[in-house]
Amino acid sequence: MKEINNAVCTFCGCLCDDIAVVLGDDGGVRVKGACTNGKGHIEGYDAAPVSPMVRGEPVSWDQALDEAAAILGDAESPLIYGLSSTASEAQRRCVALADRIGAAIDTTSSVCHGPTGIAMQNFGEPTCSLGEVLNRADLLLFWGCNPAVAHTRHFTRYSLMPRGRFTPRGRKDRRMILADVRRTPSANAADRFLQVEQGSDYEVLGALRALVQGKRVRADSVGGVPLEELGALAEELGSCRYGAAFFGMGLTMTSGRDLNIGQYFSLVRDLNAHTRFSVVALRGHGNVAGADAVMTWQTGYPFAVSLAGGVPTYGPGEFTAVDMLSRREADAALVVASDPGAHFPAGAVRGLEGIPRVVMDPVVSLTAQDATVYLPTAQYGVDAEGTYYRMDGVPIRTRAFRERLRPTDEEVFDGVLERLHGGRVESTTPIEEVQR
Amino acid sequence: MSGTQPVGILGGFLYDPANGVDGAVRDIWIKDGRVAAPEEVDREHARIIDARGMNVFPGGVDLHAHIAGAKVNHGRKLCPEDHADHKRNRAEGGRSGAGFTVPTTFMTGCMYAELGYTTVMEAACAPLVARHTHEELEDMPLLDKGILVTLGNNEFLFDCIARGETERARDFIAWTLQAARGYGIKVVNPGGVENWKSQRGNAHHWDQEIAGFGLTPRRVLDTLIGAADELGLPHGVHLHGLNLGTPQSAEQTLESIRFAQGRLHLTHLQFMSYGDDGKGRFRSRTEELAEAVNANSNVTFDVGQIVFGPATTMTSDGPFQYNLGCMTGHKWFGGDEENETGGGIVPLRYSRKNRINALQWVTGLELFLLAEDPWRVALTTDHPNAGPFFCYPQVIRLLMDRDYRAEILETLPASVRKRSLLKDIDREYTLGEIAIITRAAPARILGLSRKGHLGVGADGDVAVYHPDDDGARTPRCRSVVPCRRALDLPRWVLKGGRVVVEAGRFTGETGDAGTTFHVTPDYDPSVEKPLRNHFKRYYSVAFDNYPVQDAYLGSGESVPCR
Repeated sequence: MKEINNAVCTFCGCLCDDIAVVLGDDGGVRVKGACTNGKGHIEGYDAAPVSPMVRGEPVSWDQALDEAAAILGDAESPLIYGLSSTASEAQRRCVALADRIGAAIDTTSSVCHGPTGIAMQNFGEPTCSLGEVLNRADLLLFWGCNPAVAHTRHFTRYSLMPRGRFTPRGRKDRRMILADVRRTPSANAADRFLQVEQGSDYEVLGALRALVQGKRVRADSVGGVPLEELGALAEELGSCRYGAAFFGMGLTMTSGRDLNIGQYFSLVRDLNAHTRFSVVALRGHGNVAGADAVMTWQTGYPFAVSLAGGVPTYGPGEFTAVDMLSRREADAALVVASDPGAHFPAGAVRGLEGIPRVVMDPVVSLTAQDATVYLPTAQYGVDAEGTYYRMDGVPIRTRAFRERLRPTDEEVFDGVLERLHGGRVESTTPIEEVQR
Repeated sequence: MSGTQPVGILGGFLYDPANGVDGAVRDIWIKDGRVAAPEEVDREHARIIDARGMNVFPGGVDLHAHIAGAKVNHGRKLCPEDHADHKRNRAEGGRSGAGFTVPTTFMTGCMYAELGYTTVMEAACAPLVARHTHEELEDMPLLDKGILVTLGNNEFLFDCIARGETERARDFIAWTLQAARGYGIKVVNPGGVENWKSQRGNAHHWDQEIAGFGLTPRRVLDTLIGAADELGLPHGVHLHGLNLGTPQSAEQTLESIRFAQGRLHLTHLQFMSYGDDGKGRFRSRTEELAEAVNANSNVTFDVGQIVFGPATTMTSDGPFQYNLGCMTGHKWFGGDEENETGGGIVPLRYSRKNRINALQWVTGLELFLLAEDPWRVALTTDHPNAGPFFCYPQVIRLLMDRDYRAEILETLPASVRKRSLLKDIDREYTLGEIAIITRAAPARILGLSRKGHLGVGADGDVAVYHPDDDGARTPRCRSVVPCRRALDLPRWVLKGGRVVVEAGRFTGETGDAGTTFHVTPDYDPSVEKPLRNHFKRYYSVAFDNYPVQDAYLGSGESVPCR
């Protein structure tokens, strides 16, 4: 038996790096200290080598990579999508591949926090690392999110419960406010719950901003919230010592989208005229923040980028995967560590079904099931090491604690790139060796 | 480097001030990536570059630019409007890219090389996110580089100093530099950022209290300067002091020169050189600052010269960036980093018509021209804070050509022009002096012994310019007033003995990603026990997951401490 401490759970944007993994002599894996999501993510992964598939038939890695390179190299308008559950080392190569073949490249951000990026580009973003929340925040504002279910350890590890330098009594030193359209399990943890009428977050945030700025609001209630309550809330927000605001897809993916986030960011900026306040997006996938970062340092833009013209061109709504697929603008797809077949709107899924698609994923997702080429790769944080960026942008190197019997995503990208550059080079990754 | 074809650069006018050569005709031979004695080189098989009539310089060294890492990347993301029409096509060789004041990584590497620069120091990085910076540096070809690690608002360090544990503080500094794979100590508004985070405050003078720590900025800076010297770091403390950009800055800068008991590098001094004229208006105090710098041989500085046009301000100075955001009404990005630092980003445009901007422009040039010893001066624009690095050729021209200076000065507000010292300064930099402030001096200030010169054993980083090519490059921007430039279009640039630029264009041969310089100073490992406890209590990442692993230093080189 062997125990590995400070392993990193790569499931969600919390990227908890304090979990322990116990490896049994029989090869079994037991996870300690992770939430149920993380436990399932790690314990449920079968690291055994799996044969890659081409049109449903098992083939060698060489054949699979040849086929993948042929599909992507021959395409006139290839689309690359996903990236949020793979390491940045792989993401970097993925963008290189997009550059090489002139693809449109989009990440899962476009269906979660893409609007957050757009709002940041319009309004800026006063943010902080999660340790600042732990050490300083005496007021927590959660809006349109449900961390009790979606980011299970957020409360205990980063925000509500932990004791920090200026919050020595932990929970007792903090107030928590939750705003949402319905009472979620997270409401049980809150000191104040603000029920907002569906579709009126923008108005409520606007009224709050006005009140924080000391302006008068001529209404009895806004978005179902009595003005009195809003006034009290504005007062409370402005009088804390260090506030931390969080939000989720209840703001980003409801009507208003980036405008909601613009209001939210502006509210936080306004509050800095009175006190200190920061905002952090609750990012979903383990390395979706890394996908944003890598896309930005290589192309200048966080998502929805076309490299078809030889230069990076930014176009949310134009080069976003859902839009390209719905409009049948892609003639081949590479799906990396994500499952659009399960999550995209029907029109986009039909668009994906109609074109050859290469899918890289450690598990057989719905999208992988009937992929033209399926490439089963290793799982970062279990049998592969690589960099993941936490929701606040803090980069952490994942640990590998199981023997790796599959190629990593990086190795697959290298293999495809080498083939596109005309034949295999001697430095070819030891994929066949790994497969044995 | 072995296996590369030897190169001879023959018959050029060599500007190699570190070796006392000022424009004499000399040949340079390069073998295995390094400058070699002619007799060591297999000349028959060498590539010969005919440099007759041309000026031969060591590769440029930029000791302070924000090129990679979390803050820079937020700057890229924040301003898509900055990238429009500023794209690099992959057909030009290498990778595509975008960005004007904050270009993407590949584009940054290419653009620096196309200016003749081969070494750049990333100016500020919180150790917590150093891994990110290293990842970007790996994606930045053609340059050797390193990172300066922000330590001026580190709470563990504060605790050590407050308890009088100077040795432990020093051990911690050494540990952090190693953990971040950093090259040197960066200090930004010591105490001020902590006060901003804890109570929306700042630090306005060296004896102001750092709230909650029973400490002053003076003690923090003293400790860091002492540690840099005791650890024998190749580069001294790199200071962005108090009150940046305000009329209280010069006073505190002068005070820091007075009390510094060791090597002190004042970065972007232009931003730190202001007082008020008694009527609450900005005035520049360059004369006093130049005098103080001239009189103190332990002090070096870079200028942070303003370039009129767009810029993106990005510093670890949290309160400054917030105030700038409020003053301009522009979008503001703020970033507090636990236990370590803060920071922010605000896009900006420097205008000739703006009295303050004009004064800043004048101030920077006055600092260049009043400094007596070019060996203690480095040319920077604090990229992209005061302007983008690709405007260096314009700054060089301004320094070398007083008529051009006068021409620009004429377009500035009369109130600034009339009160400036600049209008009466006749000094013009020589090519040799330019070689000092863009090559030899920054390399020496950084302590990089193989950079900034072309003596035997130096890195084979060379830039060859034809005098007729000055100003020949199509400007990178569409400035309303065309600028004049010098040393903007190298005929050849060699990096590690390989030709990477020809006729001002990247050849497409990136080769390796460049070397990342870092330091490995000794420390007493007993510091790790209290540190482990500190991490457990106050950090959101585990102590064991914090240090940057070897995997991030593809071609790292540990520069020895003295």
